[in-house]
Formats: sequence, C-alpha cells, structure tokens
Amino acid sequence: MEPAVAPPRARRRTDMRLINLTPGRALAVFLTLVPFVAVFVAYAIGSEIRLAENAADKLLPAPSTVGDTMVRLTTEGDRRTGRILFWYDTWASIKRLGLGIGISATLGLIFGLAIGLLPLVRSLLAQFVAVLSMIPPLALLPILFIVFGLGELSKVVLIVVGTLPFIIRDMSQRTLEIPQELLVKAQTLGASSWVIAIRVALPQVMPRLIQAVRLSLGPAWLFLIAAEAIASDLGLGYRIFLVRRYLAMDVILTYVIWITLLAFVMDWLLRRTSKRFFPWAEEGL
Amino acid sequence: MSFVTVEDVFKTYARRPILERVNVEVDEGEFIAIVGASGCGKSTFLRLLLAQERPSRGTVSIAGAPPAREPGLDRGIVFQRYSVFPHMTVRENVVAGECLRTRWGRFFGDQRKAARARADETLARCGLDHMADAYPATLSGGMQQRLAIGQALAAKPRVLLLDEPFGALDPGTRLSMHDFLQDLRAETGMTVFMVTHDLEEAFKLGDRVLVFDKPRWDPHDPTAYGATITYDFDARDGGIPFQNLKEDTHVLQAH
Repeated sequence: MEPAVAPPRARRRTDMRLINLTPGRALAVFLTLVPFVAVFVAYAIGSEIRLAENAADKLLPAPSTVGDTMVRLTTEGDRRTGRILFWYDTWASIKRLGLGIGISATLGLIFGLAIGLLPLVRSLLAQFVAVLSMIPPLALLPILFIVFGLGELSKVVLIVVGTLPFIIRDMSQRTLEIPQELLVKAQTLGASSWVIAIRVALPQVMPRLIQAVRLSLGPAWLFLIAAEAIASDLGLGYRIFLVRRYLAMDVILTYVIWITLLAFVMDWLLRRTSKRFFPWAEEGL
Repeated sequence: MSFVTVEDVFKTYARRPILERVNVEVDEGEFIAIVGASGCGKSTFLRLLLAQERPSRGTVSIAGAPPAREPGLDRGIVFQRYSVFPHMTVRENVVAGECLRTRWGRFFGDQRKAARARADETLARCGLDHMADAYPATLSGGMQQRLAIGQALAAKPRVLLLDEPFGALDPGTRLSMHDFLQDLRAETGMTVFMVTHDLEEAFKLGDRVLVFDKPRWDPHDPTAYGATITYDFDARDGGIPFQNLKEDTHVLQAH
C-alpha cells in the first residue's frame, strides 16, 4: 500500500527556523561591522550634501576635517600655555571618574555584604538605601556645589552619590542570592561571621561587583560630564561645553568619539579582569 | 546514656505543625536512615539536628551537651546540591574543612603546606586526586558529592548529616557512592543521619530506619497535624536482624 503521507522533503538551510540560523565566522564579523560602517557612510553623505550647499557649514564637518582636528588636538599644545589640553582633559576626567567609581565600588561592596549577610544591618539600612536610591543625583548637584565647593570634591561626590545606591542594592541582592546551603556549610566547618564574609561571600560577589561597576560606568560618565559642564576648568565634559559656544563640531565629535572609546576600553578591561580572576564564575559574564 | 537524644520535639511553622512529639535516642556510631513521604518533616528533622533551626518545643542534644543554637563544628552536613564552595578548587574545598575555623579563615606557611598534604590524602581516598586543581563546576555530580563528604569529614564532626545526598545521581554512580560511604564509615565509625527517598538505599546503608509519617490525619484539613516517627526498624543484616545464631552450635551442616 502507498503511504498516505509523502515523506517530508529534506529541509534546506533556509527552511530552518530563524532562531536556529547562526552565522559563520566571516558572516559574524561582517554583520558586526555593518552598523558601524552604515553610520559612518550616512554621516559622510550628510556632510557631503551640506558642504556642497555651503562650504562654510559647521554642523557636519567632513570626516577629513574631523581627522585633521583629531591630530591637531592630540599633538599641538595650547597657544598660551603650550600644554596639550586634550591629554590634560582626559587625565582630569579619568581621575575624577576612577576616584568616584572606586569609592562607590568599595563602599558598595562593604555595605552590600553587610546588608546581605547580617539581618540586623538589613533591617537598619535596606529600606533607607532603597529610598536614597530614588533621589535624582543631578538634583543634588547644586547642594554638592554649595557644600563641597566647585573643586574636584563635588564632582567626585556626585559620581559617588549617583552610583553608590545602585551598587549597594545590587551587592546586597547578590549576597542574599548566595545559596543558604553554602552559609550553613561554612558554619558547620566552624567559620565565624567574619570568615564567612571574607572567605565565602566576598569571593562569590566579586564577579558581580565587577558587573555592577560595568553597568554603573554609563551613569558615572553622565554625572561626570554634567558636573564638568557646569563648573570646571579642565576635563572632557568641560571642553565639549566650552567649544559648543563656537559651534566647533569637529572638536566636539573628536571628544565624543574619544569618550566612547575610553568607556568601551574600561568595560572591556573589567570584563577581562573578571574572566582572569574569577574563572569559576564563567557563566553569566 | 545515648549519644544523640531527641526529646519531645515539636516544630511549628506559622502555627502549622510539621513535627510533633518526636522522641529518639541514638548510640554513637549508629547509621540512621530517615525515610518518609514528601512534606513529612524529614528535612525539617535534619535541620533541627543540624541546629539550623530550633525546635518549637523539646530539645535535641548531642553527647550530653546543651542544645545547640546554631550550626557548628560538631555537626557536618552534605546537602543534595550547593554543598561545596564553587569559588574554591577541589583541594581548597577540602582544606576549607580545617581552615575556616581560624581567625582569618586561611592557613599560612607550614600549616598551609601540611593542610594541603592532608587534603591530598583525603582526595586520594575520595578518588579525586586527579582533579585537585579543578573547580567544582567541572566535576560530575557523583564527584561533587564525594568532595562534599570529604570536606565535611575533614572538619572531623561528631555527627554527619546527609540530606538526600545521592538524590540527583544516576543509579550506577549511586551504587559506587554507597560503597564509598560504607568504606568511610567502617574507617571512621562516626554517627550518621541520612535522609533519603530510596527505601532500598535506607535499608542497605542504615543500621536503623526511621519512618516519618502523620499518625493523625484530618481529611478536611491535611495540614492540621504534624508528622512523627511512626516506625523504627532495626535494619542490620538487610532488615532481618536476629536471623543469625549468636553462638556456635557445633552441629555439622550439610553443604
């Protein structure tokens, strides 16, 4: 007897479900590059059109102009002082950002562990931190300027205020997520609360801390640039808002690209650090 | 005087009774298997033995000491999962059995070297010496449980508690774990409590099998009453204890 149903015809690659189609290495690289190239081409075309209409147009300088500006900014000194301001700006900003994030990470780790491990501290601080984290940090900026002055301190404090509540909440949550079994196990091996904190909880939340710092870098840059834009005499954010007055788009673009690059490299370094020092936490990074 | 004494223990969660009137006495070196249906308070009973929780009424005492208020060195535990520290290598996990009780939770210098050597001996006995530098995540389920038992034993507890330790293992691995556990026990002669779902396992490994069940049952309100020990079997010689003649009868036996 003939089979009632014809055997299914061999499925071609394109018949597969979209969720099962994975690109090969070459295609993956190509796809990764597509949006970058597309944005660059779109900008180049837009700039071309505007410059064709008006050669003195300042809104979309030609890519070559931006390139020249980059070289000038990174190699030529300031006419008055001879300092290459680009690197001074970079150093000033990185210092503020590093200090702010570093303080946030350290405090966040300590408070997060305490809240996560100690029910007494949890009762004392968990709700307080939850409320604190709702305060919009930028609304505090005037207060910070008034209290800490217009110097470095208020900028660093703004970054700390802006990122610390998130890191504390994230760290305490991660600490609470440590399986109860492990904490009980450590107790049966004679560990004190202190030893449980430094030998069991701390190493387990360290990869999470790095993750939290990675997520905080975005807001940290935001607060840094906001603070620098308002009151500063050096820094990447200050420079951008300064040259805005002259519509110097080539300088602004150079700085924006540079900030993006810095942020990306920091993120990449943190990811590498995590993989290097916490190989056991491979999944989820 | 018995080694572990459980006296008139009740345990209630949010006014819902889980255990009621549990009494049991255990001698040093006995292997107690605990069986019962799900939700019959086996694991709760183990947590009370562990002192992870305290009974609502009654006392649990080990070796005549006053009832413990939190888990400590005298009780070792192996859970079904999450029994070893994922951030320590296999060897560090065993060393942790000895060093977590120190002030900084670490050994330094010669002490460290000696502890590592002892740990390597333990690992060899657990058949894990080739994995000493690996992280637990790379170990199979059976290996992880062997490591967990080795780690618990490194702390030299008075009582070893096992909460469905082989529940997640395949049958073959489970059998080899039985041999491993029986060997260890013959060597150390320690008191063991093991919760299991597997009756065969309970009678194979246990000297006594405690059955937890609800003696009273209200069909309109199944949670109205708690469970207690309803049977206490002597499980030596495969559950049929007094079948062996204790004296030489001097009678010729036909073969």
